[in-house]
Amino acid sequence: MELLEPTRDALHRLVVLDPGLWQVIGVSLRVSLIALAIVTPIAVAGGFILAMVRFPGRRLLILLVQSLLAFPTVVVGLLLYLLLSRRGPLGAMQWLFTQEAMIAGQVIIAFPVVCAFTLAAVQAADPRLHETARMLGASPLRAAFTLLGEVRFALVAAVLSGFGRVISEVGCALMVGGNIAGLTRNIPTAIALETSRGAFTEGIALGIVLMVIALVVNAVLVLAQGAGQGASSPRAARALWYRG
Amino acid sequence: MRMYRGGQQDRWWKAQCAMAAMLSMVMVMAIAGAALAQSAMSTARPAPDQRVIRMATTTSTENSGLLGWLLPAFEQKTGYTVRVVSVGTGAALKLGVNGDVDVVLVHARVAEDQFIASGAGVDRRDVMYNDFMIAGPKSDPARVRVQAPGTRLTGTASGALKAITATQQRFVSRGDDSGTHQMELALWRLGGGLPKWPGYLSAGRGMGEVLAMANELQAYVLTDRGTWASMRSGLDLTVLVEGDPALSNPYGIILVSPVRHPHVNAKGARLLMDWLTSSEGQRRIGEFRVDGQTLFFPAARKGG
Repeated sequence: MELLEPTRDALHRLVVLDPGLWQVIGVSLRVSLIALAIVTPIAVAGGFILAMVRFPGRRLLILLVQSLLAFPTVVVGLLLYLLLSRRGPLGAMQWLFTQEAMIAGQVIIAFPVVCAFTLAAVQAADPRLHETARMLGASPLRAAFTLLGEVRFALVAAVLSGFGRVISEVGCALMVGGNIAGLTRNIPTAIALETSRGAFTEGIALGIVLMVIALVVNAVLVLAQGAGQGASSPRAARALWYRG
Repeated sequence: MRMYRGGQQDRWWKAQCAMAAMLSMVMVMAIAGAALAQSAMSTARPAPDQRVIRMATTTSTENSGLLGWLLPAFEQKTGYTVRVVSVGTGAALKLGVNGDVDVVLVHARVAEDQFIASGAGVDRRDVMYNDFMIAGPKSDPARVRVQAPGTRLTGTASGALKAITATQQRFVSRGDDSGTHQMELALWRLGGGLPKWPGYLSAGRGMGEVLAMANELQAYVLTDRGTWASMRSGLDLTVLVEGDPALSNPYGIILVSPVRHPHVNAKGARLLMDWLTSSEGQRRIGEFRVDGQTLFFPAARKGG
């Protein structure tokens, strides 16, 4: 059982707090969660504006955001590398091969995902909700939050998609992070390393660890959704009251 | 109103169910993928084309252009096609262990001996050697360079590493079990072990990437001559130690055991091994130049 044993070993190390493994997991989580925290408000606002506000060039912007979903992460890494390189325009910041550079890369990678999904969610919402809220005297910001509150499940899915994209991303993290042990080595770059070392099973074990983390994060959010269901129902009822 | 809330609850359950379905799908895919990967590693596959020789080798031989210089002559002479997979030494040997290639051309004596001792490989032959050197910032803050004016560098590799640690300078390590990394570890052992200091950066990446990193960070680095020669024009670094016998790096070619993996193209692989160690193959290795520099020195003839 060439596969089961390293997996069990990896999970065992996870439980008994192997410092090396937890450091790798910590880098992954820290970088991706900070990147998501930065990108979520901007991307949600961007998606909302793209969905609700008519302005010249809007369709072009939507096309651009949706095309960026397919942008290779390694190209994001390459562009960022050229910017942050000693000879690049931002070289003086000395960000290359730091977690800050990885966060910057993940912000760029996550933005189109969260933005495009928000756009789709808001477009799918009942337009009368926003109109009614405005008519009843809600400020534009208040009306926007009412609408976003109504589509919060889709928003959570948007953020989860962004999380899935950045937590598993390897191209950019390798380019600008450098896979330095204990500093910028996260789970995907550790998998890339294990593969290049020929330690295929360790690579798969790490992949399963990544899956478990994704599972836990998703489960937490699903549970939070469930809890939010009860707490927010008066608001939902009110929103539906507007609609009727 | 109650009906509406019921509708919402319904939707919530649907979302839950969809989520659960998606998660279970992902799990099934992961397990299937893992099972597939394992079966691909161990079970038999269709008989390979006997006119094709599959060789796993290190990035240094492929990236330097050596194989592009050597192999066409062999292919023309014999009618065989050589398919090259260039990866780190660790991965190259692993491909051999799994029987995914017919022959491996690598440079890491300890790992090679293990490869043969475990029965995965047979018939190791010396092919050539190249050498490593230590490069670093031109300002040389650790004062690694030992050279009388106008002469060649005379410092030893382990002395240089000691100076780098003593001055707490940055050093980028391959950290990937490659031949170069194993050479580095051997040099640390020679100097009494690898000390821990914050400037030691274990990158776990290929030689080209590590040289680029050392350049960006103005750090010290152990590099093979081939990759250095192909990249030096873009690097703001300089060679500080070379020519130390401890930095010599022998390449061996090993046949993947046809006993363990009956589908291995042993006939073709032996032909390739014979040719590389023949006087013609050896001559061509010695003639290979990058930027006018000899990178690989023939080693098959004993004492030659």
